[in-house]
Amino acid sequence: MDVLAFLVEPLQYGFLTRALAVTVAAAVVAAVLSCWLILMGWSLMGDAVSHAVLPGVALAYIIGIPFSIGAFVFGAGAVALIGIVRSTTKLKADTVIGVVFTALFAAGLAIVSATPSQIDLMHILFGNVLGVSASDVWQVLILGAVTLAILLFKRRDLTLLAFDRTHAHVIGLNTRFLSALLLGLLALTVVVGLQAVGIILVVAMLITPGATAFLLSRSFDRMLVIAVVLTVAASVTGIYASYYLDISTGAAVVLSQAIVFAVVYLVGRPDGVLWQARRRRPGSSVGGRRQSADAVAAAAVAPRCSADDAATSGA
Amino acid sequence: MSSMPTDHVPTGDAPEDGAPVLDVRGVGVTYDDVQALDDVSVSLRAGSICGLIGVNGSGKSTLFKALMGLVAPQQGTVELFGRTTAAARKAGLVAYMPQAEEVDWTFPVSVSDVVGMGVYGRLGAARRLRPADRAAVGEALERVGLTDLARRQIGRLSGGQRKRVFIARSIAQDARLLLLDEPFAGVDQASERTMTALLRDLREEGRTVLVSTHDLAGVPEFCDEAVLLHRRVLAHGHPAAVLTQGNLARAFGAAPSDAVPRPLLPAPIGEM
Repeated sequence: MDVLAFLVEPLQYGFLTRALAVTVAAAVVAAVLSCWLILMGWSLMGDAVSHAVLPGVALAYIIGIPFSIGAFVFGAGAVALIGIVRSTTKLKADTVIGVVFTALFAAGLAIVSATPSQIDLMHILFGNVLGVSASDVWQVLILGAVTLAILLFKRRDLTLLAFDRTHAHVIGLNTRFLSALLLGLLALTVVVGLQAVGIILVVAMLITPGATAFLLSRSFDRMLVIAVVLTVAASVTGIYASYYLDISTGAAVVLSQAIVFAVVYLVGRPDGVLWQARRRRPGSSVGGRRQSADAVAAAAVAPRCSADDAATSGA
Repeated sequence: MSSMPTDHVPTGDAPEDGAPVLDVRGVGVTYDDVQALDDVSVSLRAGSICGLIGVNGSGKSTLFKALMGLVAPQQGTVELFGRTTAAARKAGLVAYMPQAEEVDWTFPVSVSDVVGMGVYGRLGAARRLRPADRAAVGEALERVGLTDLARRQIGRLSGGQRKRVFIARSIAQDARLLLLDEPFAGVDQASERTMTALLRDLREEGRTVLVSTHDLAGVPEFCDEAVLLHRRVLAHGHPAAVLTQGNLARAFGAAPSDAVPRPLLPAPIGEM
């Protein structure tokens, strides 16, 4: 009964059940999205969008509209701006992303500092999940459900986009639309995750679950399921840890996810790092190296011969 | 829009037989100040295997991109099956097999997942495979001999098996024009024989195969015709007539030539 009491006690507080609902909902949506994000190589984009929403959140508080509208406008705007600068210069993607998101983040800080009394910067940056109201919970649940539904409905197209964009284009799919859709859903997911862990740590929710699941799966559908299961477990653990250890909720949730990743990385799969270290034998790679040297030599000779052959037979 | 696999080219708005599968006229493509293609004209009829030969940077991949509608030529026109490239793509007539280096082999997809992507063009918005589509995927796997490996993750295949996955994808798609980018790179001889036999079968069904390669081995036996590309089309015709010492020297830059001032153009920068 001690265990039961341990589990039930925090739930007596309304603010904790609301926190649990918001965190789990946000974590599930972010975990599903993260599977495509890491396969597309867009992790940095998640980082950028989450930082870029700061001015949107600040302005929304100032003019008194729901923060999610402001956040979404600036998240989507950042994506559009990155796309425009990228396509009109020769700069590499990570450079453009870096310039745009730091600029928007700084603009947000400037706005917040100019209107000090109205906004609690710490809450935006690090989340205020213990202070969410019932209407906040509904906002998160509805936005989360819509995002999740679109993601799952278009999951095959998005997987194709991530795996082989050229094939998607060649069979007549609109790859621009699909990219834009995924980025729009990224902005929505950031909005959903803001409440739970804040804009700094939402990045972790957008990357870590997918990364952990990737290490454990050889099929995409399994990757989705693993990401969701692990992230729910980590979120619940994080909330309880935050209650009993009296630490920041956002930090506890993200740390739980990181611990899961670390465990999986070390021992969670047949080729886990610890098992590899144990199996490693000195000298076993000598044969392989010799073989590959031979292969390189053969490859270097082959094209020359074939070109000569073809030339003689043709002449 | 056709909803079922078709055995023949939908001829509704395409010219009758004898019309070129691929008709490139006077195409010029310039990236910034680098000319990748200059006044390129190529025409292919249905049911042939054509080798597109040139060094790296000769414009092969740019020509492929123009055929796939990934670059818009500044000069000239590209038509496939008598229609625009976009219309040909929408009709599922074109298939592309990427180079091995372009594929993320760690991606969590199975062999049958990838082959299934071949039929997406004719599915509904959720891309849910119907029984007929599953049958098409199963048939394609059977033809390339990968039925037993259908559930395997693609990274756990040999070089030759990996290539056959993508051939199976274009079979499941029922494409009429197959664009193969360096299909024999990193493939052992036995696998290469299997692949050429497969591609010959596809040709017998009236499909057209365009093979981009800088490796001349096998071109004379395997291809019905060859196009030698070096920014311009240097020669086009029977492989024996195209692959002469003089032509190869011009294409591969072995001899000094004022016809080809830039032997190696920088590879075009791909999009994101």
